[in-house]
Amino acid sequence: MLHALEGSQAIAQAVALCRPAVVAAYPITPQTHIVENISKLVADGKLKCEFVSVESEFSAASVVLGSAATGARSYTASSSQGILLMAEVLFDIAGMRLPMVLTCANRAISAPINIWNDHQDAMTVRDSGWIQLYCADNQEAIDTTIQAFRISERTELPVMVCVDGFVLTHTLEVVDMPNAEQVDSYLPPFTFKNKLDPKHPLSLGTLVGPEYYTEARYSLHRALEKALPEIESADADWAKICGRASGGLLTVDGPESASVGVLAMGSVVSTLTEANEILPGKKRVRLMKLRAFRPFPAEALRQACAGLKELIVLERAFSPGCGGILGTEVRAALAGMAKPPAVRNFAVGLGGRDIPLGTLSKLLDAAKAQGNEGFSILDVEPERLPPEDR
Amino acid sequence: MDSTKLKQEIQERRAQMQSAPKEGVAGQHNMEELRKLQPRYRGLEAGHRACQGCGEALAARLVTEAAGPDVILTNATGCLEVFTTPWPQSAWRLPWIHSLFENSAAVASGVEAALKAQGRSTKVIAQGGDGGTFDIGFQALSGMLERQHNILYVCYDNEAYMNTGIQRSGSTPHAAMTTTSPPGKERMGKRHMKKDLLSIIAAHHIPYAASASVAYPADIRRKVRRAVSIEGPTFLLIHSPCPLGWGIESDISIEVARLAVQTGLFPIIELERGELTGVMPIRNPRPVTDYLKLQNRFKHLFTDDPRARKEREHVQALADHNIEIYQLRGEGVDALDTDGADTVRRGGVVD
Ligand SMILES: Cc1ncc(C[n+]2csc(CCOP(=O)(O)OP(=O)(O)O)c2C)c(N)n1
Ligand code: SF4
Ligand SMILES: [Mg+2]
Repeated sequence: MLHALEGSQAIAQAVALCRPAVVAAYPITPQTHIVENISKLVADGKLKCEFVSVESEFSAASVVLGSAATGARSYTASSSQGILLMAEVLFDIAGMRLPMVLTCANRAISAPINIWNDHQDAMTVRDSGWIQLYCADNQEAIDTTIQAFRISERTELPVMVCVDGFVLTHTLEVVDMPNAEQVDSYLPPFTFKNKLDPKHPLSLGTLVGPEYYTEARYSLHRALEKALPEIESADADWAKICGRASGGLLTVDGPESASVGVLAMGSVVSTLTEANEILPGKKRVRLMKLRAFRPFPAEALRQACAGLKELIVLERAFSPGCGGILGTEVRAALAGMAKPPAVRNFAVGLGGRDIPLGTLSKLLDAAKAQGNEGFSILDVEPERLPPEDR
Repeated sequence: MDSTKLKQEIQERRAQMQSAPKEGVAGQHNMEELRKLQPRYRGLEAGHRACQGCGEALAARLVTEAAGPDVILTNATGCLEVFTTPWPQSAWRLPWIHSLFENSAAVASGVEAALKAQGRSTKVIAQGGDGGTFDIGFQALSGMLERQHNILYVCYDNEAYMNTGIQRSGSTPHAAMTTTSPPGKERMGKRHMKKDLLSIIAAHHIPYAASASVAYPADIRRKVRRAVSIEGPTFLLIHSPCPLGWGIESDISIEVARLAVQTGLFPIIELERGELTGVMPIRNPRPVTDYLKLQNRFKHLFTDDPRARKEREHVQALADHNIEIYQLRGEGVDALDTDGADTVRRGGVVD
């Protein structure tokens, strides 16, 4: 049924449809509306679960670690400083192979403190071993949340669903909210074979020395690689139920004949799609929406880039002193192609700076000036810089 | 006696008991014998890798023994975690989870929330060292207590970060030497006081909090049984000597632990909803030097440096203060005082 819902409200309802047994969270803008909405669903008796209002994000992540290990479907949400405070626990959750879902309402990182949207938070924990899926709009946020539980429980890997703070979390959109029968037919009850149980006592999180550590880490790497087809089938199977796909690992849009491609993640893809449609026909680009950032779908990416002369990677974060994060990974993945496109790399929209429709034309112009190994911040305003940095 | 022979004997005696007329059992066997026949549950097995005389290993065994098999344990990073679970081995017979150094209480909160959601009645016990409890894990612990989770939190207090090689913690006593509080020209060991954790715990007004010592196993058992029978957050602080960190021979760790109690330096108390409801009285208070002089961590207090005498007096004053505020001085002979509780008995208190 179609509803006009704020993103956070839609996500909260989607979470409730998945029947989590334990939810733990700590408020931070722009994630707050999600947990407020879940609290209300619990208070109204519409969601039967243990809601643990913790004293920090560190404990939020630790609580869901404990509850997942006890065999309970578990959910948390955070953003920015909260994600960084959780970082140590996030690595631990993935290393212990505990299934759960976390919504990251993507936001910039201090300093300077800034509550608005970019991707620096999730990018900073990219090596934690979590699956990371990025949503382009709120319908995708709903569908991806539901899929995330299935992916997580089948792969025994935690899944982070990334939704742009404010741009998605605080925006009213008309969305189709699935019903309980649809979700129940898709998502079976959670059973976890390694759960804490006095009848079958297991020791979880033991000390592993040099004799086994490499193998444990290798298995985590393999588990993420093996999750690639699970992400695709989760999307395809959900599409069979609700008639809508969210984009598997990555999707390609725009004219097939285009020689220039643009790749991005998250809500900026929606902006770029619209901008692409109003470009003159021959200037239109092959637009790629990368949905799965971890595991990184290198093979799918190479296929999507076949025939391209130039690929522009547009991202919402960077690694100071190095350059683009996504750009660097794309360059590495495409290096294996017989005829790889030249890769240009830009960051844009940091700390909530607006990304207007004109960004695409500006990007295409700027790309001409950038060398193959380059990285630049597209929308930096020289007059706002101190003189020595202009 | 070898174990098969012992098992055989126990089986025989059990068979005898079962064949005895019901009302006659207590009459035919004295209490001592009945106790011996009672099988003991072991949650922590032998064969782990703790140092000889490790107080923490003993305390954890006593806690799990008393709590019984329907328990899930969480564990902070530290010696206990490391010496019990070197992959692919584990000394735990109970479901056990270690995550990080500072989140044992929060992980336990999650375990408990899951059990509640599943309608299971299994008890959760969170464990941590003094570092993981007084310092880095304190926030998570405070949150767990404030949210009233049904969890017993046990802190094994060996008064320093032992697992990383004996660094000072908030629990390290005043004047003690650790690798980060060494004595020298400008210092006489740790400058600060031992954090009064139990008072902070008491301020959470939880149903039950207590201190205990590995020198008094029966007292630990009683307190664990009491704590796990309570629905809600409970807390137990167990003084647990570390031969390596304290600089003592491994065969005197119990003696040293007992002296900590008998001097008044480690008061054994019980608190209900923040109110003091019980103490272990000291029958014959001992001078703190009896305790200090056995340990290398205090050896700089026994030089002719004039600061050494001052520090010894200071430590004595701290013990006297404890004795006064908790009214630890016993009156006459009490079966449950520091000397009485130390007597090995079976079959309950005998005057
Ligand atoms: C976040 C973090 N900081 C530091 C450490 C290193 N570390 C591991 S155990 C430990 C000390 C443990 O001390 P305590 O809690 O008293 O336990 P003990 O080993 O004395 O039993 C430290 C500092 C860590 N594992 N994690
Ligand atoms: S160092 Fe101390 S606490 Fe650690 S195992 Fe040895 S005796 Fe026990
Ligand atoms: Mg310690």
